[in-house]
Amino acid sequence: MEFFSNNLLSLMMIIPLLGSALILIIRHQDKEIEKRNIRQVALLATISTFILSIFLWVGFDNSSADFQFEERYSWVGDISYYVGVDGISMLLVVLTAFLMPIVILSSWESIETRVKEYMIALLLLETLMIGVFTALDIFLFYVFFEGGLIPMYLLIGVWGGLNRIYAAFKFFLYTLLGSVLMLVAVFYMYVETGTTDIPMLMNHEFAADVQNWLWLAFFASFAVKMPMWPVHTWLPDAHVQAPTGGSVILAGVLLKMGGYGFLRFSLPMFPDATEHFAWLVFALSIIAIVYTSLVALVQEDIKKLIAYSSVAHMGFVTIGIFILNTNGIEGAIFTMLSHGIVSGALFLCVGVIYDRLHTREISRYGGLSVNMKIYATTFVIFSMASVGLPGTSGFIGEFLVLNGAYAYNSWVAFGAATGVVLGAAYMLYLVRRLVFGELDKDDVKAMPDLTLREKLIFLPLLIVVFWMGIYPNSFLEPIHASVENLIQTDFSSAAEHAEGVTTSAAAAR
Amino acid sequence: MTGDIPSLVPVMPEIMLAIGAMVLLMLGVFQGDKSYGQVSNLSILLLVAAATVLVTKVGGERQLTFGGMFVTDSFAVFTKILVLTGSVIAILMSGNFMKQHKIAKFEYPILILMATLGMMVMISSNNMMTLYVGLELQSLSLYVLAAMNRDRTRSTEAGLKYFVLGALSSGMLLYGVSLVYGFAGTVDFDLLASSLKGQESTSMGVVVGMVFLMAGLAFKISAVPFHMWTPDVYEGSPTPVTAFFAAAPKVAALALLVRVLFGAFPGMIQEWQQVIVFISVASMLVGAFIALVQTNIKRLMAYSSIGHVGYALVGLAAGTQAGIEALLIYLAIYLTMTLGTFGAILCMRRSNGMVEDISDLSGLSQSNLPLAIGIAIFMFSLAGIPLLAGFWGKWYVFLAAVEAGLVPLAIVGVLTSVVGAFYYIRIIKVMFFDDPAPAFEGGQGNGISFVIGVSALINSPVSYFILIAPLVSAAGWAAQSLLF
Repeated sequence: MEFFSNNLLSLMMIIPLLGSALILIIRHQDKEIEKRNIRQVALLATISTFILSIFLWVGFDNSSADFQFEERYSWVGDISYYVGVDGISMLLVVLTAFLMPIVILSSWESIETRVKEYMIALLLLETLMIGVFTALDIFLFYVFFEGGLIPMYLLIGVWGGLNRIYAAFKFFLYTLLGSVLMLVAVFYMYVETGTTDIPMLMNHEFAADVQNWLWLAFFASFAVKMPMWPVHTWLPDAHVQAPTGGSVILAGVLLKMGGYGFLRFSLPMFPDATEHFAWLVFALSIIAIVYTSLVALVQEDIKKLIAYSSVAHMGFVTIGIFILNTNGIEGAIFTMLSHGIVSGALFLCVGVIYDRLHTREISRYGGLSVNMKIYATTFVIFSMASVGLPGTSGFIGEFLVLNGAYAYNSWVAFGAATGVVLGAAYMLYLVRRLVFGELDKDDVKAMPDLTLREKLIFLPLLIVVFWMGIYPNSFLEPIHASVENLIQTDFSSAAEHAEGVTTSAAAAR
Repeated sequence: MTGDIPSLVPVMPEIMLAIGAMVLLMLGVFQGDKSYGQVSNLSILLLVAAATVLVTKVGGERQLTFGGMFVTDSFAVFTKILVLTGSVIAILMSGNFMKQHKIAKFEYPILILMATLGMMVMISSNNMMTLYVGLELQSLSLYVLAAMNRDRTRSTEAGLKYFVLGALSSGMLLYGVSLVYGFAGTVDFDLLASSLKGQESTSMGVVVGMVFLMAGLAFKISAVPFHMWTPDVYEGSPTPVTAFFAAAPKVAALALLVRVLFGAFPGMIQEWQQVIVFISVASMLVGAFIALVQTNIKRLMAYSSIGHVGYALVGLAAGTQAGIEALLIYLAIYLTMTLGTFGAILCMRRSNGMVEDISDLSGLSQSNLPLAIGIAIFMFSLAGIPLLAGFWGKWYVFLAAVEAGLVPLAIVGVLTSVVGAFYYIRIIKVMFFDDPAPAFEGGQGNGISFVIGVSALINSPVSYFILIAPLVSAAGWAAQSLLF
């Protein structure tokens, strides 16, 4: 047991790797049996990882702001294999582990070609994503952060839609371009401090002008990953062309890396620069919220619409992060978790009807509430969660961010709040066109309702959406200590500024 | 009078190669071209034996011999091992190709031996004379190798181009040497270093001489603006010869450049650093942008090697021990990537002969998955994506540059690596996303499969975590010997 809890994070990364190694050697004369075995191994590996992540959550000490489940082995020179989680990263790890079995299940029938490579890429990606959220060595972080490009590039390029090659290239080069600038900043930090250890880098005070440059370099990387306006254009392409499983991972996990990066690097390591550039982030975020929401309104393609809505939601997250008070940051993390579940679920919903009709055009559907009752209900619930209806997960995050934003500056809050209104507009418009209206197309009439496998996929997502919406404290408590610590050590002056409102809101909770 | 006989221990590997090459030449002459296989195998044995002697008998102690003209130290041992590895692999990969193209002449392995000998002398030179002798021995062998397939116009054209431009560069180099000698009064590296060190301002003649010298060497490493010959020679030469060109001579010439700059001109770092920074940036830019429009994979690899020389020079531009260490790490990794890639190119054979277009790789993942995975590993590694060995090389050179205060150089470097990534992942796209073209014929022999397999394994994530620590410590050991 001692060994188990001491190496929990490494185990979570190794199990998917072992799974992919096992898949590599699976051979059977009957191709159908071979595919079935491959799928089962992949599912087993991801479920085991998810079970471990539950241990992680249960064993996590909510009252501590320190890194927990630490493991450290020296590697090359000053670089070490050093992993651990704190309140900011722990639930993101759980989210990753939670979504992966669902992704595997969703690809059960829709991926028929090159199943072996597909599952290997997914499992490899899981290892790398968990690595990103748990790495406490900046070199290790960069390796995981960047290494994830390879499987994702292949996922989009091999199993994607018609225009997949363009999308795969755009995805790869955009994100690579952002990250290499961060790499130079990493070199600089390593040269100045002589360490790649993230907790030690957090305690180091960089000179003010240096901070600005380093902040901008990290910003280039995280803004692309996030994605923020105007470097978001890779996302709609990648989302539309990726297979359903790939879209779920993109929306559910990969988009969280940007926000996580801001919280792990930009804020604690460059606090002065963070305050200095906050206006820039707010401006870009508000533009993103308003602009992409308007763009989402006129989309004809379901996946593109949801992709643009993701950009808008991420605008919310960046605002929450950079208002630098407890409510804002907790709200941002909560929004990331909620968006991971909800947008993942929405892409799965699209996947369900895409598997039946092989088109993503909104106008080809309509009236699904007549012949696909369960599907329609599910879709409406997730749409409402995306809009932020009270009682669903989306509400809590938006509320906390708006609350924090109001304490910081009412104009920022105003800008963010327009997103709530516009979000309701485009989602309701989508629901009206897709689920309601006349059921007049013959091929749409012939579509069967959810199968048992599909129901099984959506059930856990529905439970989590309501759980997060009705009793958010199970998710906010692990986050709290680390966020408080972050604000206390680096932004005490900013925190005082908003103290009155923060404490009253905390008391209300 | 025993004092007059120089110690032969430091030159033992070179003497072995020289005598061995002569013996094998005799063997070949008497037996004719049917002895190709035998001579090849014996050459490999000879190279391995030379490496063994180098490690066990010579060792990493700094030793001078022949009146200070010849030096061995840990730096020499490290780079010589790389050169010997490159040569062994080049011979190993050639057999079937040479037979299929009816150019399996016994001179081929012997010329490689001669070139290798020249490279080892270059690496160990401690005097302009040794430098020139080594360089010319290497170059003359390489000119002949390029024109090996003499019945094919492109091969003879490659050989001729290489020879004419190479002779020009040798001329520049000699002119530089004569200027340095005229103004400094010596050609010995140690004496040059000590006479140039104390001076307030270096005389213009020495600076001009050094720049000419560097221009001559830049030609050998195909750094921009002396890179013009590279694409044509790479494309025209028989592929195994190209594989040899891309690996061992690059390592040797870069090592020689390091040796000259740190051995003879350590006091003039201000002067040569500017030149190195310029050719490094120019090489990275040309290597990245011109490669974008290539359709022939050998030409692509030529531009890729120009770019990689640029990255390696970033380490040299830093002018520090960490920079040299980075350069050596980079060279070692580059050697495995490039030899593996050329091994894969040697597998591109259809019934009507070798094919060299990138489009011929279409859908390779469906017709030959192991080969496609191998090439994918090399491409991602060449692009410097983390999880593959190439990233380590980039990490160390750019780290050294930032450490030396050359942040703009590092920024240019990482940005060009993004441009480079475009054409590397385009090859992966062709292999994995496009519809399959007819499959390649098999039967390239176990040698090539072995080379591809081993170098893919070295570059793969599996050894990413394991092999790097010993490599870094070996490179550190080698770099410390350069008089710091």
